[in-house]
Amino acid sequence: MALHKLLRAAALTLVLLFFLFPIFWIVVMSFQTNEEILRLPPSLVFRPTLANYTALISGHLQTASGILDITFLHNLWNSILLSTCSVLLALVLGVPAAYAFARFRFRLGEDIAFTMLSFRFAPPLLVLLPLSLYFQDLGLNDTYIGLIWIYQLICLPLILWIVRGYFEDASPDIEYAYRIDGHSWWRAFTRIAIPLAGPGIAAAGLLSFIFAWNNFVFALILASADKQPVTVGALAFVTASGIQYGQIAAAIVLSILPTLALALYAQRWLVEGLSLGAVKG
Amino acid sequence: MTGLEISAIHARFGRHEVLRGVDLAVAPGETLVLFGPSGAGKTVLLRAIAGLEPGALGQVVIDGQDVSARGPEARNIGMAFQNFALYPHMSARDNIASPLVARGLPADEIATRVVEIAQLLRIGHVLSHPPRALSNGQKQRTALARALVGRPRVLLLDDPLRNVDAKLRYEMRLELPRLLRESQAATLYVTQDYREAMALGDRVAVLRAGRIEQCDASETVYDWPATAAVARLFGDPPVNLLACRPVADPAGLRAEAAGFRLVLDASAEAAGKACLLGLRPETLSLAAAGPDAARLEVIATTPLHERLVVLLRAGDGTEIVASLLGAAPAPGAHVHVAADAAAALLFDAASGARIPARRVMAGIAA
Repeated sequence: MALHKLLRAAALTLVLLFFLFPIFWIVVMSFQTNEEILRLPPSLVFRPTLANYTALISGHLQTASGILDITFLHNLWNSILLSTCSVLLALVLGVPAAYAFARFRFRLGEDIAFTMLSFRFAPPLLVLLPLSLYFQDLGLNDTYIGLIWIYQLICLPLILWIVRGYFEDASPDIEYAYRIDGHSWWRAFTRIAIPLAGPGIAAAGLLSFIFAWNNFVFALILASADKQPVTVGALAFVTASGIQYGQIAAAIVLSILPTLALALYAQRWLVEGLSLGAVKG
Repeated sequence: MTGLEISAIHARFGRHEVLRGVDLAVAPGETLVLFGPSGAGKTVLLRAIAGLEPGALGQVVIDGQDVSARGPEARNIGMAFQNFALYPHMSARDNIASPLVARGLPADEIATRVVEIAQLLRIGHVLSHPPRALSNGQKQRTALARALVGRPRVLLLDDPLRNVDAKLRYEMRLELPRLLRESQAATLYVTQDYREAMALGDRVAVLRAGRIEQCDASETVYDWPATAAVARLFGDPPVNLLACRPVADPAGLRAEAAGFRLVLDASAEAAGKACLLGLRPETLSLAAAGPDAARLEVIATTPLHERLVVLLRAGDGTEIVASLLGAAPAPGAHVHVAADAAAALLFDAASGARIPARRVMAGIAA
């Protein structure tokens, strides 16, 4: 029995080490200078420094060839703005659409739903060139609105398909009962259908936020420096005087924080199984 | 007229016609049991009345008002679903209060009425619980309370006792008639259990293949089923239907099947036609050997309440179920069984319709 437990603990440690080591190493790197990072063999013994973080926050990077301006905090703000707005927009559009696909059978319904899904597995590069041409004509190039619109390609299919499944799992009888009680269709949707699909909506929102946050290529092509998110902004650390590994590590740590905080907050929604026990299984 | 009146209800799913013109009228305070095999369209009919079946055609009149074009929220209906359909994210109290909240009643009146109905249904102590913390019986009572609390003009109960245990089902069969009478609603009660139909229904409407096949007092449906199909559905153990070809007799018709010999006072038109002789298991009894009693082999026996259900086989291989009083005959033994000719039924084999037989005479030797 004791051996069994010991083996289990060992296996767990191995798995955790495997998955968490890169993150651990990046956190360690963010407190080191470039020289310490590039030292061979690498060592865990070093004098921690906050220089990387100060450089990111102050916006001035001291390199061998002089002072370099970086806009990391502005990039971070762009990421938050773009991801939040696009997820919110995708929720407003996607949740009612998911409900329609789950509850009603209509002509071309499945085809439309599948077309939406296909946005997820079409390679972005395929649409980028025509998109950037259209965007230039429409004046959407290098605007937040244009980027948020394009981010729908990422968020909407995810939200549509995840939330649709949750709506399908809830018995329509529960909504019917609410309407027979005398409530309007809209109230049945907002008071019954949406709360019951709550965990699904939270999961889909979180997932699409992460996907939007990690997007690189759309923003690279369609936006210039002052609209770019952290993923593109990180390119600035590849400088003429070398790659600034310390700043990159610190930037990664800072850019993980918002998604991490959101995931921790949404967790209680994700585990709450609301529809259990409501309907005889 | 007041109450519920529906006419010419049609519904189809794709090519499949589920309801083919259903007409019914239920008076306030009356309970009409909608009885039928699964797939007959009972639930679809309820949903059409509630306004939940957008494809359904026909007219629904509640309290003299045509509500066919109204949504489910504007029909003043209470409904209990087979799967309870409670709101999982609300307490039992909020579940029951929902129809009153929708009517915009003041909070204190809502609270009083919820407690009132909850006490009547003996769920007052679990009002603060969420549905998942309730037993099946409590869930079912909560669903009933929610259907009743708004004092609707029409009450639709979709097999509400199906998912509760046998003891509770028995209790509810005793309690429900009083509750339903007091509610003064026109009640449509769906069930597949003929005992429930007998216990609860002022009248029983048998729905089969999308049509009402018979609508009568429950005793009438049992004693004089309109068709062989109704006879087979309504009764447990089911009626024995034996193929026969009755011949004219001075006293009516003489029918012979599986060793039974009965003289029925029935319309002579059926003479010579292929017919089905319907013998209820409980109208069969052990008898002394004689020309009017069938000699049958006992295959198996199983007790049911104070009676004994016996599976028998005639010489020609026909299997017959009898529900007998008294000691169990041993399997393999041969017994003589007589049928009560007064309760025997005769159906036209082709159309299934019952051949009217108002007066039936005792079996006599041929």
